[in-house]
Amino acid sequence: MGFSKDQLLNRLQELEIDYTKYEHPPVLTVEAQAKYVSSSEGALSKNLFFKDKKHRYYIVSAMVDTKVDMKVLSQRLGLGKGGVRMAPEEALAQLLQVSLGCVTPFAVVNESARDVSLLLDQNFKNQKRCIFHPLSNEVSVSLNTSGLDKFLKSIERDPVYVDLEANPAVGKDQPPDLAVYVPSNSVVIPEITSETSTKQTPPPKSVSAEVKPVASAKPSKPASKGKSVVVENSTLLAFKNPEKFVEEIMDKTSALLLSEAKGENVEALAETRRKLLTSELTHLAIMFKNTAYTEGFHAGKHSQPKRL
Amino acid sequence: MEVDKKDERESDSSEQVVNPWEVSAKDGGKIDYDKLIDKFGCQRLDESLIDRVQRLTSRQPHVFLRRGVFFAHRDFNEILDAYEKGDKFYLYTGRGPSSEALHLGHLIPFMFTKYLQEAFKVPLVIQLTDDEKCMWKNLSVEESQRLARENAKDIIACGFDVTKTFIFSDFDYVGGAFYKNMVKVSKCVTLNKAMGIFGFSGEDHIGKLSFPPVQAVPSFPSSFPHLFPGKDNLRCLIPCAIDQDPYFRMTRDVAPRLGYSKPALIESSFFPALQGENGKMSASDPNSAIYVTDTAKDIKNKINRYAFSGGQDSVEKHRELGANLEVDIPVKYLSFFLEDDSELEHIKKEYGEGRMLTGEVKKRLTEVLTEMVERHRRSRAAVTDEMVDAFMAVRPLPSMFE
Repeated sequence: MGFSKDQLLNRLQELEIDYTKYEHPPVLTVEAQAKYVSSSEGALSKNLFFKDKKHRYYIVSAMVDTKVDMKVLSQRLGLGKGGVRMAPEEALAQLLQVSLGCVTPFAVVNESARDVSLLLDQNFKNQKRCIFHPLSNEVSVSLNTSGLDKFLKSIERDPVYVDLEANPAVGKDQPPDLAVYVPSNSVVIPEITSETSTKQTPPPKSVSAEVKPVASAKPSKPASKGKSVVVENSTLLAFKNPEKFVEEIMDKTSALLLSEAKGENVEALAETRRKLLTSELTHLAIMFKNTAYTEGFHAGKHSQPKRL
Repeated sequence: MEVDKKDERESDSSEQVVNPWEVSAKDGGKIDYDKLIDKFGCQRLDESLIDRVQRLTSRQPHVFLRRGVFFAHRDFNEILDAYEKGDKFYLYTGRGPSSEALHLGHLIPFMFTKYLQEAFKVPLVIQLTDDEKCMWKNLSVEESQRLARENAKDIIACGFDVTKTFIFSDFDYVGGAFYKNMVKVSKCVTLNKAMGIFGFSGEDHIGKLSFPPVQAVPSFPSSFPHLFPGKDNLRCLIPCAIDQDPYFRMTRDVAPRLGYSKPALIESSFFPALQGENGKMSASDPNSAIYVTDTAKDIKNKINRYAFSGGQDSVEKHRELGANLEVDIPVKYLSFFLEDDSELEHIKKEYGEGRMLTGEVKKRLTEVLTEMVERHRRSRAAVTDEMVDAFMAVRPLPSMFE
């Protein structure tokens, strides 16, 4: 499982990084966080988690006042004007292993986030202390950028500070200045609808997709590095993804049929095995249904009224 | 369930004590279920009822019915009568979220309730009594609410259908129609009566006194206007452990006075601790039970080291006398969780006559429990906070009888 908040704080202590911890009720937004951690403690940060069309993921951590223009950023990364979009909730859980409202530079400590690019606001460097969530949205820590850098270096990451408000021209003779920070590996997060036709509309914090029974999930042809993420979650996938669901059913049924064909089973035993299989598959189907309903519930909660 | 010191006044070791806060056998022996049924005034669930269930649901009755785990009832035959005529019912069960660690004994009522939901195709309400635990266990309100949500995830992992299940926590849901029924019930139960049923005394705080109506009113469909509008005659069936009977005796007593149908009950016996029937399963002793968070290794260790064996001291003696199946825990546990009737019979015969050794029985039990716990863990991992929100949303359930 992912790094826990306590594990992270221990690591900071081991590295002798000076930080101050603030505990508070769970907060999902900067505004809420600001109620509990005053700006005298340090500069609050806003943290964005997004991806490009080739399934490469990025965290941008910036001062609250810094204007971050996603179109400009996309161009500077060499992805064209509309090349990025907010990452879906599943990616948050699977790659960063944090909950909603909890994106933080610290999330890159997780192995699963190995291919996520981290861009930090260069304005942080002018601050005495900056405030981030240490993998939990019930805690905030403030520390100096030197502390953050020390931590990143300890996990073999080069801290990357960028002038996020700059808007340099990008063209034939001016290559995108941030292209070097695009991850070399893409990561496959299982998705439920086909990627290209989904139109993503705000809110940025979470994206939900309707389950279309006919849509096929992205075939698992991950780059070797991304593969481990998919494999670990294959059983969870069976609850969400129609193809995986059917695969699981086929696997279990053929195992039963094979053993029957080999004559391994006495009649009575076959009957029991069949019953067990039925019960297992029904359970699988219920979890699948519950997951689909939950996704619909989420979509319902976040849907916008019809535009008249 | 905690031992209320007030109960000591009532209980003496020559009588067994069974109530929502204490369960103890006479003189440290076994619970006498026949006496209990007599004392409580409920009925034995006999073969004919089980056969009827099989006929009405066109499927094999749940292993807990076949093995007599759920062994007592009140008015279950009436529920079946009505069902046969096409009158449906709804299910009501609950959990007091006192700890994050759930063990297999906690799952039993939920496993059975899930079967009932599937077999009869009826809706279910699940009450999380976070208020009760806040009061009895002196937890903070926030902690008990948090535990309620965590427990909800394990409950959902048992495989309930979200289109037919409403989970609610008292702190969230009490109010409106639910509260109106609570007041109606409260008016019908005198202080003296409550003290008699539940053992309250002048030292207990008034929160405890006013709790029983909270657990009573989910038995009435009008408590859930978003689920059962206009269906005031819908009957309720409550699967629970037999120590909860006092709450529902009170409810059944009050119901006719409010013009409501009496809820029916189907009750289970107690799940023994690993150390034996006389041991107490306690959250503070991790070796008294198998937890849903135990690893395969933990399960193997616990069974091997702590499961009380009815086998003889030496192999020779064992082959001669056979095992004492009455006290043997592994066999008891298998009778709860091993699906295959014939395999269980075989084990009982071979072990009881000394041909099978304890080690083999324990090995089989470890297999069965590990698979169960693994499957539970997998399902649990898929339960997100959002899924809990969906189950707990106050929403209609249009396909609840399908």
